[in-house]
Amino acid sequence: MKSRSVPLREVYVWELPVRIYHWINALCILALCITGYIIGNPIAVMKGTEAYQNFWFGNVRFIHFVAAFLFFFNFVFRTYWGFVGNEYSRWYNFIPLKKSQWIEILEVIKVDVLQVKHKQIDSIGHNSLASFIYFITFLMFLLQCLTGFGMYAAMSTSYLPQLFAWFVPFLGGDIAVRQIHHILMWAFILFAIVHVYLVFYHDYIERRGITSSMIGGWKFIEEDVALRNDDSATSTSPKKGKK
Amino acid sequence: MEKRPSYYQEVKGKGIARRDFLKFCTTMAAFLGLEANGAGQIANALQTKPRLPVIWFHFQECTCCSESFIRSSHPLVADIVLNKISLDYQETLMAASGFQAEEAYQAVMKKYPGQYIVMVEGSIPTENEAYCCIGGRSALQILEEAVANCMAVVAWGNCASSGCVQAASPNPTGAKPVHEVISGKPVVNVQGCPPIADVMAGVVVHLLTFGRIPQLDSLGRPKAFYSRRVHDTCYRRASFDAGLFVESFDDEGAKRGYCLYKMGCKGPVTYNSCGIIKWNDGVSYPIQSGHPCIGCSEKGFWDNGPFYQHLPSVAGFGIETTADKIGLGLGVLTAAGMAAHAITTNIRKHKEITNEPETNLKES
Repeated sequence: MKSRSVPLREVYVWELPVRIYHWINALCILALCITGYIIGNPIAVMKGTEAYQNFWFGNVRFIHFVAAFLFFFNFVFRTYWGFVGNEYSRWYNFIPLKKSQWIEILEVIKVDVLQVKHKQIDSIGHNSLASFIYFITFLMFLLQCLTGFGMYAAMSTSYLPQLFAWFVPFLGGDIAVRQIHHILMWAFILFAIVHVYLVFYHDYIERRGITSSMIGGWKFIEEDVALRNDDSATSTSPKKGKK
Repeated sequence: MEKRPSYYQEVKGKGIARRDFLKFCTTMAAFLGLEANGAGQIANALQTKPRLPVIWFHFQECTCCSESFIRSSHPLVADIVLNKISLDYQETLMAASGFQAEEAYQAVMKKYPGQYIVMVEGSIPTENEAYCCIGGRSALQILEEAVANCMAVVAWGNCASSGCVQAASPNPTGAKPVHEVISGKPVVNVQGCPPIADVMAGVVVHLLTFGRIPQLDSLGRPKAFYSRRVHDTCYRRASFDAGLFVESFDDEGAKRGYCLYKMGCKGPVTYNSCGIIKWNDGVSYPIQSGHPCIGCSEKGFWDNGPFYQHLPSVAGFGIETTADKIGLGLGVLTAAGMAAHAITTNIRKHKEITNEPETNLKES
């Protein structure tokens, strides 16, 4: 039997609101991609019946719109949480404004993407590259909401979609808006595939319990890594913040 | 200033009955979505207000807007607005030519400053102005001169509103719509290739009745006619919601009149009144005739083809490559990348397990 004995520390990384956000978001994106793909490319399953006998395509669209509203408000909530949540969920993690973040991005590319350098990345929450990618996905969320609700506004009298109505003329018309909305769907699909793969990868190689951390919130961090994080936190204080 | 006859006086002289005149006013009030007393307002305006002086230009276009207009289901419009009275200058239809024509149009600008309407069919070349010249002057020069003192500009059709086929990639003449080359005057974009005749008539009647341009959407189109999608007013919409689609022009679905969404219908992205007003005196419109909408009242509809494909092709990836095909290709590439990464990860993990430092290991 092979066993390791290294000092580990448990760190509470993902607070409950962040976890709930994550899973609502995941379910919404799953529902939106499936229904969205069907809306873009419906299968003509029904033949030889009259319109009043069916409503399946209407239902698919209904699910898409409901999921879109849920997705939107969930996204708004997460943005809010980026200003009140713990240090791992704060907005400044996601935007690489500091040199240290860019250094870590290069490190992560060497260590995890190209695998030419072997070491542990010190970040306890998202690493800087992951954070930056999430920032890009937030922009994608925004663009998807702008295009989606922009198209929806024409057939709705309710308040929220009308807030996005300006985006359609901004792009010159529905054709361009729909095309962008559709292309972004593929960006979401590719993101989801890579995201799930990378979660498996990190758990497989780092063994910090990243997969279950999105369920329970806690991660196993090596004591030396945790200490380095403590140090950098104290060295950068009194500025409250990162790591 | 000389007394100009009203529209009603003119048409009465042409032998049009009062009954037909009032029917026309009522129809127009309905099209414009006015209140119940709208018909009276229109009738009053057409009887009392002097006719609008109009200068109608043809630039880079095919004259299908004029063709549509003179085939209006209400001959009164064509009669009074177009070929008999109102047109002080219209290259295709006026009797005058040469110097006489030039004189007529100069006269309008001098006699009615701030009162005449400039109506434009066609786009304006900007790559080289010489691509479209009339009487030795370029389209841009003519337009700028005429617009300077006009009351409003009406851009007829897709050419004048968003460039249409001339502005389609690669746009060799640098064709631009009216609203992009002039400024300082209200421009009404009456979209469509061509616009529906009754819509054109409605815009003219509105200008005359109220003395101002109709309410426009954010793309400059009159809201009364362009606020709803062809899709949302389509009589085949029920088939769409039911998931009943035509898959080929000769299948069972086509016979039953199912939705043309899968045949590339652009109804869901096109704002127009085709589904309500229809064409040729309400006889039919493309979808009713079994053909998908091509989106002719939308900007860039030529570049977002093919017409018979639901999703537009993606520029730069070859003809008929949709976002779906590209997405799927990227998905395969991603999977391949992940497989390669997974292999190197396993090699790394194996090494890490075999080379674990003695200090970390614990025998039990």
